Amino acid sequence: MQMPEPDRGVLERRAAILARLRAVLPADGLIDAPEELRVYECDALTAYRCPPLAAVLPRTTEEVAAVLRVCWEEGVPVVPRGSGTSLAGGAMPTADSVILGVARMNAVLETDYENRFIRVQSGRTNLSVTGAVEADGFFYAPDPSSQLACAIAGNIAMNSGGAHCLKYGVTTNNLLGVTLVRMDGTVVTLGGPWGEPAGLDLLGVVCGSEGQLGVVTEAWLRILPKPEGARPVLVGFNSNEVAGACVSDIIKAGILPVAIEFMDRPCIRATEAFAKAGYPDCEALLIIEVEGSEAEISEQLARIRQIALAHDPVEFREAEDEDQAKRIWLGRKSAFGAMGQINDYMCLDGTIPVSSLPHVLKRIGEMSREFGLDVGNVFHAGDGNMHPLILFDANKPGDLEKCEAFGAEILKLCVEVGGCLTGEHGVGIEKRDLMAVQFSAADMEAQMRIKDVFDPKWLLNPAKVFPLETSAGRRAV
Amino acid sequence: MRPSSEAELAEAVAGAAGPLLVRGGGTRTLGHAVGEVLETAGISGVELYEPGALTLVVRAGTALAEVEHVLAGERQRLAFEPPDLRAILGREGVSTIGGVVAANGSGPRRVQAGAARDACLGVRFVDGTGTVVRNGGRVMKNVTGYDLVKLMAGSRGVLGVLTEVSLKVQAIPEAEATLVVEGLDDAAGLACLRTALGSPFDVSGAARHSGQSLIRVEGMAGSVAYRIGRLKALVGGEATVVEGEESAALWRRVRDVVPLQGKAGEIWRIVTLPTAAAGIVAAVGGTALWDWGGGLIWLLSEPGRGAEVAAAVAGKGHATLVRGQGGPVFPPEAPEVAALVAGLKARFDPRGILNRGMMG
Repeated sequence: MQMPEPDRGVLERRAAILARLRAVLPADGLIDAPEELRVYECDALTAYRCPPLAAVLPRTTEEVAAVLRVCWEEGVPVVPRGSGTSLAGGAMPTADSVILGVARMNAVLETDYENRFIRVQSGRTNLSVTGAVEADGFFYAPDPSSQLACAIAGNIAMNSGGAHCLKYGVTTNNLLGVTLVRMDGTVVTLGGPWGEPAGLDLLGVVCGSEGQLGVVTEAWLRILPKPEGARPVLVGFNSNEVAGACVSDIIKAGILPVAIEFMDRPCIRATEAFAKAGYPDCEALLIIEVEGSEAEISEQLARIRQIALAHDPVEFREAEDEDQAKRIWLGRKSAFGAMGQINDYMCLDGTIPVSSLPHVLKRIGEMSREFGLDVGNVFHAGDGNMHPLILFDANKPGDLEKCEAFGAEILKLCVEVGGCLTGEHGVGIEKRDLMAVQFSAADMEAQMRIKDVFDPKWLLNPAKVFPLETSAGRRAV
Repeated sequence: MRPSSEAELAEAVAGAAGPLLVRGGGTRTLGHAVGEVLETAGISGVELYEPGALTLVVRAGTALAEVEHVLAGERQRLAFEPPDLRAILGREGVSTIGGVVAANGSGPRRVQAGAARDACLGVRFVDGTGTVVRNGGRVMKNVTGYDLVKLMAGSRGVLGVLTEVSLKVQAIPEAEATLVVEGLDDAAGLACLRTALGSPFDVSGAARHSGQSLIRVEGMAGSVAYRIGRLKALVGGEATVVEGEESAALWRRVRDVVPLQGKAGEIWRIVTLPTAAAGIVAAVGGTALWDWGGGLIWLLSEPGRGAEVAAAVAGKGHATLVRGQGGPVFPPEAPEVAALVAGLKARFDPRGILNRGMMG
């Protein structure tokens, strides 16, 4: 993965820059010892690493603004970091950059049940937002798999999704407002607890901008009343096509399950060997979860059963109690771990129109044989967000490169059938060089104009999202 | 000008000698923009409709009624319930889907299903230089590059002219019912809406006008009956249940602000916190229709109440003068936000020809 050459001037002035940063932060706010900086040399995309110039851990919006102001004046690139769980390298530093971590900013600032919002500092973890309101019967809907660790700041940067966004939407649909600090230290409030902007929807473009427009320090989030209950069913099929058709029929029937998860045979076998959840040995398997009162759940499941039976499933298993519900989810939740037991893996997240599911799965199978690498598919079927897991051996020379080439082919296929490169993980560095597959030069130019306005010197997370040659002229300014 | 394709529209914008007034059907235009009229209605038709994937790709000039007709053929609809504001704004013409998206026109179901911007999956537009830009796509989850889709929704044509939108659509549920609560004053009537929205019963509409509070649920028949029963017990008081078409008619009245139609005075559209909704109306005076549990106020007031409205709303939301004389239509932005808006306009429309003077 190519990254720009570090700015020699910045490296040479390191001591003076750190002295200025130290002056605007509390005693423990600056990290510059090489051994402590190792934590920040990568995120969850661990294949690529580089220690940063330094890391700062501010506690307030004012401290964030002071740090950014210094870096802006000194021309130092800044890489914002939530909890470092990005799978796309969104928080990977360069040698001349300062990591700005928001992990110490994790307070709940306001909870308002009557107006149904919570205001938090952005370093708070996703799950602990729900944790702050669940005793009162509320929850925060977006639920990325890393929700125990990932920060709201990173969720906003990547517009994170999760298994339940079929019903509740992704981060952008649940974000009401932010406090944003621009690279020059200006503090801007976008949106607010009332949810709709009076003028242009700048909040809408900040969400998902991968930390390139500003550092979000505080956020107003929508909270929802918790449903009375939830229950999953498991349906097994003898072909991917039929499973895909069943998903389509459920959606067309107007039933809105909170989740429809799909696993293919390689993935089912791996998980069975690992977690022994008792899944049937079949070609494709759906886990469908519905919500509501007991009566409502039964009504929805009866309808789903009727639709599923018309497709001749090899198995239709309703959870009779809490324990059975857990077993149905067990395999799905262990899928990544199970694949990891077999080998190293790379997780993709291209999205496709649901109707292309059988075609895409068939092509992935063919490519798997061409590249000589195994792949398992587990994904959010209701919204077409695929997660092919390509297995490779990191210790075998050339395997990573082969895996990346295979991954790129799958993502190109996703775009070809009318989908996109990434549904919820973000572009980061991982998919940066594939952007031209999906976008024309004019499309990317329009996006880069936004960054020109928010960050004219291109100092915030500059070597991400856009192919290096596309952004070269701007980054040099 | 009335181009009949995206390419023609791009040419028209690139070659424009002066300001352009971008118009879908002209049914929800606000503000004081001037210029040669550039109509989008010639760029119409459905590009792609996949009912099984809940997606519709449609050219921006397609009539809203046509979109709704196509969807109804598959028992589907636009979840965000776009309002028809012709009567209160005194307009004629045919509303287009591009105009709906450009105005982020969202009705009562916004509290449950989101706004127009939340249903938008992708856009194509022509910027102020005449360049065609594509963003988003037609899939439900897409974080590839910046989200210009949300930026374009509600931008009222000041950054570019929409030529195509992809939308997430919704199946029409088999049943709906509305709880009509009477005998409460406005403060208590609005509090009962907040109680309903804070319950687990998945309320899809919460509005108040003419002394009645309305609470809607939709879904499968058994579920609707169950939830409306629970809500009735929860909010108490003098409540009756209305079902089916009778319920739907109540919500068309709320959506299109029918109770304020045909009355003299200025009309404000105020977005605020539900708990501030009763106080704002009491402070300004006039006749109100509250939607979104109080989060949206349509307020019919005497002319010249701008200062009182601004004072009542300060720190609690914002107000737009949708029908009235004088003064700015859209509220002024904070200076640091205005600077960003000006920067975006300068880059997307460097000549400043698109809907000049419309927003800020």
